[in-house]
Amino acid sequence: MFDLGLLFALYPHTNRGTMNASGPPAIEARGLSKAYGENTVLDGIDITVPSGSVYALLGPNGAGKTTTVKILSTLIGADRGEARIGGCDVFGDADLVRTKIGVTGQFAAVDRLLTGRENLHLMGRLHHLPRTETARRAQDLLERFDLVDAAKRVPETYSGGMRRRLDIAMSLMGDPEVIFLDEPTTGLDPRSRRTMWTIIRELVSEGVTIFLTTQYLEEADELADLIAVLDGGRIIAEGTSEELKRLVPGGHVSLRLSRADQVETAARVLRAGSVDADQLTLQVPGDASVDSLRGLIDTLDRNAIAVDELTVHTPDLDDVFLALTGRPETPKENAR
Amino acid sequence: MSTASYVLTDSMTMLRRQIKHMGRYASLTLMLIGMPVVFLLLFVYVFGGTLGDGLGGVTGGREAYLAYVVPGVLMMAVAASAQGTSIKVAMDMTEGIIDRFKTMSIARVSVLTGHVLASLIQIVLAIAVTLGVAVAIGYRPEANPAEWLGLLGVVVMIGFAITWLVVAAGVTAKSPETASNTPMPLLLLPFLGSAFVPTESMPGAMRWFAEYQPFTPWIEVGRGLLDGTGVDGLDLTLAVSWAVALAALGYTVARLKFNRAE
Repeated sequence: MFDLGLLFALYPHTNRGTMNASGPPAIEARGLSKAYGENTVLDGIDITVPSGSVYALLGPNGAGKTTTVKILSTLIGADRGEARIGGCDVFGDADLVRTKIGVTGQFAAVDRLLTGRENLHLMGRLHHLPRTETARRAQDLLERFDLVDAAKRVPETYSGGMRRRLDIAMSLMGDPEVIFLDEPTTGLDPRSRRTMWTIIRELVSEGVTIFLTTQYLEEADELADLIAVLDGGRIIAEGTSEELKRLVPGGHVSLRLSRADQVETAARVLRAGSVDADQLTLQVPGDASVDSLRGLIDTLDRNAIAVDELTVHTPDLDDVFLALTGRPETPKENAR
Repeated sequence: MSTASYVLTDSMTMLRRQIKHMGRYASLTLMLIGMPVVFLLLFVYVFGGTLGDGLGGVTGGREAYLAYVVPGVLMMAVAASAQGTSIKVAMDMTEGIIDRFKTMSIARVSVLTGHVLASLIQIVLAIAVTLGVAVAIGYRPEANPAEWLGLLGVVVMIGFAITWLVVAAGVTAKSPETASNTPMPLLLLPFLGSAFVPTESMPGAMRWFAEYQPFTPWIEVGRGLLDGTGVDGLDLTLAVSWAVALAALGYTVARLKFNRAE
């Protein structure tokens, strides 16, 4: 079902695209394993994140993404394996690691009873910053994340996007080298998601290393230098988004025709992948580029095929999983 | 820099956080202060007339009972505030921000000490209000300045012990609902002690239990200080021993559970 040769070429990945070749990698983990009783959550994963890059851990619910973040951010221990952040041992020197990281969890880690500004000031005091520095950073972050008007209100009155922005702002109060973002856009509307992407890109341009988890291939594609696909506690593929997409043949154009008698002709001239004669639909493999769409429409015109509806389908997580595992994305318990 | 050196700074930061919470969550704060006041009025005006006669004093009646019951109600105030703290800790534990604190280079225990310090403030506040109402309805304590100071010390000591115990309960609880139930025995124990009637009036085994359980020595020490009649040596020893033991137990369990909670 998938190209083994290519998969092995990608994984285990060798230090490509290292942006800061001199220092240690921002994040380095070897053989991380974690089980809760009989339930293996992580089954020996290796991660290398060059300093100043964005690394995306892509996977469905239950793949082990949050567990990975919790281990790397010193929240929980691992059963086996080792991990380093900026060269510091996550298990042996957790306190030092904590000075280097900022964590934004899946559930807004803000104080519900404190206002936006008070939340930021709380962080400043816990980072033991001088009072004026705390106030200055808080004001900067409120302005930068468009929260000035909300600064005097408690997070309960915020929208999902605002709460997430406050969450990230709190993570930034300590000026971290590495930021963990656990599903930063899950549950956000498309506009807030775009805003979050812009924020993440800005952080990277300032030299921060980002480790993010996501369920969306599109998001990993937009943001990450390296993407690892996590499934059932194992990394089943790793590479740049281009490399991953080469593995995924899921892109296609869906057509619904107007006339039943044209389905057969259309399937022939377009070399359709799958045809549903009853629904008058067919799927044509191909990408979403203007050229290939123009070619497709030209062909339809030449053959005078009437089309009711045309949709472009870009590869998503489902396609990645189908390509890599030969099965659709499924919860882990059904997977084996 | 070791995080241990930040225990004091971080605890004060967390205390500030809790004091803000007290203001934002004013209904709970007021309820915890109001509860002992309601108990005071209930026992003095509903039961006081009858119970006062049973005390066997010269005067008897409501006035005598008021003089008897105040130290017991003050202990109820401590227990009620503690119950509130248990709920607050459990609610806090369900919040994402606790995970954030745990990933920061701070003295971890400060999350708990913040709660403890705020609880002590809540307790002293509740005690002051309850005493104020008691004086307003005719209570006349005989304590001299040194005894008042002693009372404050005893209240803080007992509050500290009970608070660590309920912080442990709050950290251990699976939900705020459980956390509000666990400290219930604390509210019941004053009844099984010398809070509302002298232990001499109780039958054998219960009397034995009543005299040695923590609340009776605590109440008796408070009563001795407020009445200016001096403190019994055995009561003081029992009161301090119970406080130290419970504080140590609560502290140990709370820290262990908090560090282990995932």
